[in-house]
Amino acid sequence: MIEVQNLSKFYGAKPAVDGVSFHVRRGDILGFLGPNGAGKSTTMKMITGFLRPTSGTAKVGGVDVAVDPVAVKRQVGYLPESAPAYAEMTVVEFLEFVAESRGFRGADRAAPVQRALRLTHLESVRHQTIETLSKGYKQRVGFAQALLHDPAVLILDEPTDGLDPNQKNEVRALIKELAQEKAVILSTHILEEVEAICTRIILISEGRVVVDETPAEFQARQPGARLDEIFATLTRSDV
Amino acid sequence: MLQFFPVFKREFLGYFRSPVAYVFLVVFLMAAVGLAFFLGRFFDAGQASLQSFFLFHPWLFLFLIPAVGMRLWSEEKRTGTIELLFTLPLTTLDAVIGKYLAAWAFLCTAIALTFPMALTVGYLGDPDWGIILASYLGSMLMAGSYLGICSLTSALTKNQVISFVLSVIGCLILVFLGWSIFSELLETYLPVFLADLLANFSFITHFEPFTKGIIDLSDVVFFLSLTGFTLFLNVVVLER
Ligand SMILES: Nc1ncnc2c1ncn2[C@@H]1O[C@H](COP(=O)(O)OP(=O)(O)O)[C@@H](O)[C@H]1O
Ligand SMILES: [Mg+2]
Repeated sequence: MIEVQNLSKFYGAKPAVDGVSFHVRRGDILGFLGPNGAGKSTTMKMITGFLRPTSGTAKVGGVDVAVDPVAVKRQVGYLPESAPAYAEMTVVEFLEFVAESRGFRGADRAAPVQRALRLTHLESVRHQTIETLSKGYKQRVGFAQALLHDPAVLILDEPTDGLDPNQKNEVRALIKELAQEKAVILSTHILEEVEAICTRIILISEGRVVVDETPAEFQARQPGARLDEIFATLTRSDV
Repeated sequence: MLQFFPVFKREFLGYFRSPVAYVFLVVFLMAAVGLAFFLGRFFDAGQASLQSFFLFHPWLFLFLIPAVGMRLWSEEKRTGTIELLFTLPLTTLDAVIGKYLAAWAFLCTAIALTFPMALTVGYLGDPDWGIILASYLGSMLMAGSYLGICSLTSALTKNQVISFVLSVIGCLILVFLGWSIFSELLETYLPVFLADLLANFSFITHFEPFTKGIIDLSDVVFFLSLTGFTLFLNVVVLER
């Protein structure tokens, strides 16, 4: 579903992403791991068509995002980092706007909005303005807009950031439930998350892919060690 | 097709979701009417016309339209919603047109709300309604061009204050070029044809005929092409 070939993004002479390649198939949940500033968000923004790559290609469902960005955007549900939303709108108004922009007009709008509200348990705050919601609920609104059109590809940038442990578990369960028919990429710097839901791990550091393997293989690198110890070894800047 | 419509609708209704819009409408009406009464000697002129009211529009717009336009793109950049907008299946042009038309419709609403002025004149005397309608048309077209400049400058920065200042400067240049005092000054330094050419790029030069009831195609084309050009640059800046 997602094919990334040699993707790079330079800011001036400094690479934020430097020759990243990987594939994600339907049913995969790819955990995108790496310390802050590794280039996770930048990679995701290039796949979703928000940023233009300096070089390399990203394809979703066979469509090159540089050639037909709108066709790619139709297939992708994207939760940007820190879940931005139009704060002065109510949850329903916001989701209706997203539905209309995604081509659900008139009477066709109600069903996807209802479904998104139900999946993310937002019914009780549907008429509240987004600025009055707690962090956890705001994150759910971001989720709701990402899965509204039942996309084949979900790209989630730190979906559990800032949530309390219960909310984190809830979000993970939701991702697992949704992922069966989809290709999912989620970025995180929390290792337990990867262990809990991901079928594959890509570790990136300073814009390059350092590791691309299953969680079991990752664990096998240093048998007995905790995942975060392996992570620390691999991303130490002095090696 | 019509992909800009959801953006237009969201933006236009958005104005009425926040108190800022109502504050703007009140300030706009008070300033528009106040300038005509106190500076324009609306009543003293003893004429049943709105000319003294419309003559201030280029100056009024100079500050009030940047106040509306400054947030168009800078707000999206500051709050990060631009990432959401540009990962929806729309083109940059759809988004630019949708936001622009919504802001323009809001400004036209503000301008249209001054109609009690026209009614007053109609009650007190016997004005030429053709002139009044032409002036309203000219005012709305000119507002559109101001807004095009403001939309462009707000795409350059996520800071609304910088966006406001840039917009005012941009509009100020286009107003000054045709202000009689300034263009006479220019003529003393530049060859007359050059001064005239520059004056040709001014809002005032192209707005004044409307206030006399003259709808000249070249003035309409001037405002529309200036708007089109700024929106084209707006797309270029956003896609950079
Ligand atoms: N607009 C920008 N201008 C310059 N550098 C940037 C910009 N955006 C991101 N970067 C840099 O690119 C690198 C990768 O950032 P990012 O993809 O956000 O990392 P991550 O999401 O993994 O934390 C960082 O070093 C960051 O400072
Ligand atoms: Mg990030």
